[in-house]
Amino acid sequence: MSELLDWISQPWPWYVAGPLIALVMFSMLFFGKSFGLSANLRTMCSILGAGKSCDFFDFNWRDQMWNLVFAAGLVLGGVISHLYLGYEPAANISETTITELQAFGIENPGENVVPIEIFNWENLLTVQGFLMIVVGGFLVGFGTRYAGGCTSGHAISGLSDLQPASLLAVVGFFIGGLVMTYFILPYLLVL
Amino acid sequence: MKGMKFLRYLLIGTVFGITLAKAEVISWFRIYEMFKFQSFHMYGVIGSAVVVGIIVIQLIKRKKLKSIDGERIIVAPKQFSWARYIIGGSIFGLGWAMTGACPGPMFILLGNGVGVILVVIAAAVLGTYVYGKIRHKLPH
Repeated sequence: MSELLDWISQPWPWYVAGPLIALVMFSMLFFGKSFGLSANLRTMCSILGAGKSCDFFDFNWRDQMWNLVFAAGLVLGGVISHLYLGYEPAANISETTITELQAFGIENPGENVVPIEIFNWENLLTVQGFLMIVVGGFLVGFGTRYAGGCTSGHAISGLSDLQPASLLAVVGFFIGGLVMTYFILPYLLVL
Repeated sequence: MKGMKFLRYLLIGTVFGITLAKAEVISWFRIYEMFKFQSFHMYGVIGSAVVVGIIVIQLIKRKKLKSIDGERIIVAPKQFSWARYIIGGSIFGLGWAMTGACPGPMFILLGNGVGVILVVIAAAVLGTYVYGKIRHKLPH
């Protein structure tokens, strides 16, 4: 048992994670549901009463309960890996990435799961923190609904079903991601 | 019992959460590295998920597999358009590269004790709301 625990406590390689993600998608389909996390954001709007001011959120959110429970499972999975599966926050990122981010003033790139000098409560009140945390989150929520899905809905489910719309959405994800990473983050990270 | 039915989604979600945490997919640094093409890791994760996913979906279609409720399994088709996916997708991408988190990892990061991610989630809910309010004015 402890050997098994040691074994799964190591970082998982991509060829283990990828097929498992496909299995998760299949499980959801098998149970008659869809695999897509961003729909939960819309459901949360509905729960908060957004249906009163906007018909887009006027639906019975209880029908979407299964997806919120799925999201709760994600939180639980995070807790379990963090507490029991030898979670070493350090990601084995490349030397190039480390050097590059150090030049932007990030002290220990990869050491934590997020750059802690940016993603913390105090930093929320700075221009950098506000942009990266609040504006960043806003763009994720706005963009994912505009595009009709996120990484799980488009990049995994949609591409697996060979849907052209999803391929286009993934191209969009990369346009935005590349513009941000190459042209904007270099300024944001040193603010 | 209804509660039992929900348990399965909790379990699948937990497996998904552990997988993305253990494969470092929830790491802000992995997303940065991906957009800089400095490692194969993320491409391997998404790529192998899609390859296995394509095989799974093809099998479902050819064998006409049914879900547990006896319905034919389908992935809901997304109506094609250019504007919606390129513009909406790009906006999502900007935010993804900033926060290093898409709507799945946000929840896993919360479980990992990154408290301030709650603000990212709240902002994402607000972003979704604003989209709902102005979507009639946007090109789709």
